[in-house]
Amino acid sequence: MNAAVQATKEPPTKVSVRSLDFYYGADRSLKNISLPLRTNKVTAFIGPSGCGKSTLLRVLNRMYDLYPGQRAEGEVLLDGENILDPAIDLNALRSRVGMIFQKPTPFPMSIYENIAFGIRLYEKLSRADMDARVEGALRGAALWDEVKDKLHTSGLGLSGGQQQRLCIARSVAVQPEVILFDEPCSALDPISTAKVEELIDELTHRYTIAIVTHNMQQAVRISDYTAFMYLGELVEFGETDDVFNKPKEKRTLDYITGRFG
Amino acid sequence: MSDHIVKSYDRDLEALGRRIAEMGGVAEKMLAEAMDALSAFDVDLAHRVVSSDPRLDALQREIEENAILTIARRQPLAVDLRECIAAIRISGDIERVGDLAKNIAKRTLKIVSEARVPRAIVGLKSMHEIAAMQLKDALDAYALRDTERARAVWQNDSDLDALEDSVFRDLLTFMMEDPRNISFCTHLLFCSKNLERIGDHTTNISETVVYLVTGEAMPTERPKSRVADFGKEEAAQ
Amino acid sequence: MSLYASRRSANSVATTLCWVAAIFGLAWLFVILGVLLYEGVRGLSPAVFSEMTPPPGSAGGLLNAIAGSLVMTAIGVAVGTPLGMLAGTYMAEYGRYTKLTMVVRFINDILLSAPSIVVGLFVYTILVHPMGHFSAISGAVALALLVVPVVVRTTEDMLLLVPGSMREAATALGAPRAHVVGKVAYRAAKAGLITGVLLAVARVSGETAPLLFTALNNQFWSTDLAAPMASLPVVIFQFALSPYKDWQQLAWTGALLITVAVLALSIAARALSAGRRKSK
Repeated sequence: MNAAVQATKEPPTKVSVRSLDFYYGADRSLKNISLPLRTNKVTAFIGPSGCGKSTLLRVLNRMYDLYPGQRAEGEVLLDGENILDPAIDLNALRSRVGMIFQKPTPFPMSIYENIAFGIRLYEKLSRADMDARVEGALRGAALWDEVKDKLHTSGLGLSGGQQQRLCIARSVAVQPEVILFDEPCSALDPISTAKVEELIDELTHRYTIAIVTHNMQQAVRISDYTAFMYLGELVEFGETDDVFNKPKEKRTLDYITGRFG
Repeated sequence: MSDHIVKSYDRDLEALGRRIAEMGGVAEKMLAEAMDALSAFDVDLAHRVVSSDPRLDALQREIEENAILTIARRQPLAVDLRECIAAIRISGDIERVGDLAKNIAKRTLKIVSEARVPRAIVGLKSMHEIAAMQLKDALDAYALRDTERARAVWQNDSDLDALEDSVFRDLLTFMMEDPRNISFCTHLLFCSKNLERIGDHTTNISETVVYLVTGEAMPTERPKSRVADFGKEEAAQ
Repeated sequence: MSLYASRRSANSVATTLCWVAAIFGLAWLFVILGVLLYEGVRGLSPAVFSEMTPPPGSAGGLLNAIAGSLVMTAIGVAVGTPLGMLAGTYMAEYGRYTKLTMVVRFINDILLSAPSIVVGLFVYTILVHPMGHFSAISGAVALALLVVPVVVRTTEDMLLLVPGSMREAATALGAPRAHVVGKVAYRAAKAGLITGVLLAVARVSGETAPLLFTALNNQFWSTDLAAPMASLPVVIFQFALSPYKDWQQLAWTGALLITVAVLALSIAARALSAGRRKSK
């Protein structure tokens, strides 16, 4: 395949990371990262623990701002707008870039309220409209049938897999544009994992998705693009099929085939 | 390539490679003995060739099973996955080589009683020389993961095709000279066909070696001397 | 003796010592509770809850003392709790990594273990002395000063126990900081926060020393916050030291009432935090 043909086939870019450096205090934990997140595609981030993949994810919604001593340099363009700009409205940014965490984090309130919480932040809906939105979000997360009879019981009463899908529903309910998944299945059993993967597959029609995972098979299964990171550097970025079948870098090959160390 | 963190993974893959080498040895021996039996009309030798085929089949099944188990157990990626796939493919090709050698031995048993024109076998001998060389090179290319050697095997297959053409013409001449040669020469014609197919399997093996090492498939078109070979290739499958 | 056998015997000796120590400590507690029950129940009667503290030699109850305790504790908690919660919230949510928080935490810990008589003297100096007389309000202020460090401590601890991932999850939805704290963190820590307040109530409702210097005592019914007010601990203190049998009996009964109330509060706090753990 020649380069020109490939270039025209690339989908548009939703998020563009350019020369990104990240510091924990004096510690430089991301080194000159540049890569795109393609619109309505899944980009997987793989690499050994501490390689900076989660850090990169937390830059994309400025989550690092919660903690002192962390700072990012470079550019991260979301639809052309630099989200590292100090003047940017962080809450508005985060409502556009949702995030799902490693451990399910249902709020200590009912299933219904968990979903409604995020919606109420930015919209005033009538009771009926809110009911419809909550149902839509739960259906979108393939959770509706399991919880429709207990919407007003605590979200903490659900199983781990259901809690994680509740969190995904909660995130989807605020209608973000990008969803970041930080090892969403590492605490789940294989069946729940499959359900979440199916969900991600569904979501990719409407959202741009970035996922950090330690499970390489999962990256192969659900992602369109894969970025391999090592010691804060982006070693390789490309289409998933290429990265996992014929990686260009030896470090990538060693990592995905279990030869590291 | 450095070793896997899980040592038994390396052992699994190495075992696959060793079994392939063993199969290759058996097939090479079968081919050589089949040709010796044919040129010397040696019935005992021909029987020996036929009886060694089950060993090859058993080896192939073992390799397939181990490769599938390795895939299920380790979920290999990239070169490791290709290692397993290549083992399955190459063992299939070698098994076919064995079948074709066995077929030559069986035909030998049929024509032993009416050995008519021994000079007709000379052309087959040169075909065998090339096929055996190709097989050895293809197996070496696999053992050494040597894409250069594999590509050479792939290129040289046209020599065998050309030689088959000339053997075909020779045999036709013998048959026209004396219709009583027809049965004998027809068997030889099939033997030449078998040798040509062995050549095809060696190119398959070398294609697999290139895929194994680079992850890229070889171009679909091989250097062919004749268009008609496409039909032949299909018939050989 | 093998190494393993000697280790086993050392283990059983240590375990036995632990049991003996635990039983020794608990035994005194039960003796105190038993004596209190025995002495206190004898004086229980409707009059205790309906009549004022009597002069020596005549019948009476503890109504004014009970009411005074309730009023001053309520005001003290009502004033101290918001202050403590706000400070604790700042320390856990907003200024977790700041120097100010470290300083406040250190000082708060000192206040937490400061003798309550010091607090009483302090309020005496800043309120009672300038006003020229003892008053219920200065008693309430003294109690509030005791409530604050307890509530600060529990609020901070309980909010720190809320997993950071919960805050991050709310933040990731685009919720502003105040929302994250008010709607999510407080809710997650609710049982703990209530427990903290209950413990603070339990702590101050038995305080005598600060009230001696501030609200003093009042033999009569009073709702005037500017005037001295009776309270159970002070009444107990005074009556127990008196030579009169009927006063001593009332002191026992008052002590029983406070103990039962504090015990009930502690049990409620326990139950709340246990329920919280179960729901996790």
